[in-house]
Amino acid sequence: MIRNVLEYLEASAEKHPDKTALQDENEALTYREYVTRARTIATYLATHETRGLRNRPVAVIIDRNIRSITAFIGVVYSGNFYVPIDHTMPEERIRLIYDTLQPVAVLDARTDTRKPIEGAVSMEDMLAGEIDEELLGQIRQGAIDTDPLYSIFTSGSTGVPKGVVVCHRSVIDLVEAFADAFGFDDKMVHGNQAPFDFDVSVKDIYNAMRNGATVVVVPKKLFMLPKLLLEFLAQYRINTMIWAVSALRIVSDFKALDAVEEVPDIRYIMFSGEVMPVKALNYWMDKVPGPLYVNLYGPTEITCNCTYFVVEGKQDEWKMLPIGKPFNNTRILLLDEKREKPVTKAGEVGEICVAGTSLALGYWNNPEKTRDAFFQDPTITAYPSTVYGTGDMAYYDEKGDLIFASRRDFQIKHMGHRIELGEIEVALNAIPFIETSCCLYDEARGKIVCFYQSQSEDTRAIVKLLGEKLPKYMWPNIFKRYDKLPMNKNSKIDRVKLKEEIQK
Amino acid sequence: MEELLRIMSEVRPDIDFEHETKLIDNEMLDSLDIVAIVTDVNDEFDVEINVNDLLPENFNSAEALYDLIKKLQYE
Repeated sequence: MIRNVLEYLEASAEKHPDKTALQDENEALTYREYVTRARTIATYLATHETRGLRNRPVAVIIDRNIRSITAFIGVVYSGNFYVPIDHTMPEERIRLIYDTLQPVAVLDARTDTRKPIEGAVSMEDMLAGEIDEELLGQIRQGAIDTDPLYSIFTSGSTGVPKGVVVCHRSVIDLVEAFADAFGFDDKMVHGNQAPFDFDVSVKDIYNAMRNGATVVVVPKKLFMLPKLLLEFLAQYRINTMIWAVSALRIVSDFKALDAVEEVPDIRYIMFSGEVMPVKALNYWMDKVPGPLYVNLYGPTEITCNCTYFVVEGKQDEWKMLPIGKPFNNTRILLLDEKREKPVTKAGEVGEICVAGTSLALGYWNNPEKTRDAFFQDPTITAYPSTVYGTGDMAYYDEKGDLIFASRRDFQIKHMGHRIELGEIEVALNAIPFIETSCCLYDEARGKIVCFYQSQSEDTRAIVKLLGEKLPKYMWPNIFKRYDKLPMNKNSKIDRVKLKEEIQK
Repeated sequence: MEELLRIMSEVRPDIDFEHETKLIDNEMLDSLDIVAIVTDVNDEFDVEINVNDLLPENFNSAEALYDLIKKLQYE
């Protein structure tokens, strides 16, 4: 029985020790080297930093490099769990994450360390030591499959990001379900697009680890230069793309496949993060007809994805692409507004609630938010059984596929990120010259619209102050100043009226 | 030009597009910004910015992009 993801790594290393496991622009590691590096890092960590502690958070400062992945796995070998941190985020947000997390150690996996980070351990220091086999053996002996593997921070409505904690068993469940559904093998070369603090990357790291495949980290700047991006895919023989919708759109929006002589030889194109426009998908399918195209759906809290839809043939442009059916070992319930009863009629909209091994353990150090989102399955009363409420509303079509309808709350999906509009409002309201504010999403145009009440108008000053607290993808795109924002009967900002403003 | 500056500022309100000249070279923009700007420019100016136009020299400043738009409109 598999109870730890490291068993996948060790089995793959035994089978193909000299095969390339990880590659980026600067270096490549074989499976043997991958294991050796991770175990060296783990020995350093367990000896100098975590010293006998188990299941504690270790922050890893990430970069678009394979050192970040070896650092993650080093943390796992030390018996703890890793938390990827992007240090290009605003300082204020990083501080909030550290305040919540209280990491036992901080590892710096960046390639460019010209701006050192106080208190962080460098890769060079960690890799300088030896492996203590006995120590690592003892740590593994005590491991169980519900031990946390990683935590990824997502937007929180009160202004404080939430750390979703995911255990080994959930990731094992994920990669086994993917293998069942799509027949993955060791010939796969994953072109990793997603940043490591984004859970789309979890699918590259652990599917490849299970299958003895290869992960190639695609440099970030290529996503601005789609033609060079396609040439890179061909050069590194990348055949698997598990990408954010936005990254695939860079190629289709610019019709980059028309501009290259040879289209890359791809086997799998899987996408998630937001609704895939059928027009963009049809362009891909037209130019690259070979691969299996899969629409994946799910939030970080259920370990990447809970449903999938295999796209067979070109789709009707006026129809919405279904999010499909649940993976093996996952159950979907559509619950009514009160989360009390499942909706029963075909075509009726309900909230997507998920049950199964894929459920995250909860939010780190946040029992209240955990209880709100992870609750008792209302159809089961005789024993404890948890479901996760995604906040996404959906219905079944005539073929029994799920179709996304809308959001239940003020969370939005923008540039591939789940964003709580409330978190933006908290940051806006903290600005001295803003009296009050309200953010809405203009879905048609994909823009966050900020309505604020102030006696002075200075968009640049607002953005500068927001930039100290919020990552770029959370900044409003349009600002509208009011002397007085419209109020409703309950003396709350009249969101309905403001929404109408947008639709005009 | 005013219209272009409005489009660009909507995507990145923090950048001074009137004066900035190294938007790509200094990695001030990222891929999503480029897509957003190009999509809006194509719609508003009724042009089609081609993948081969996607070069740093066309995107380093608002002025350079404006020149590209004029060139495409002329064609």
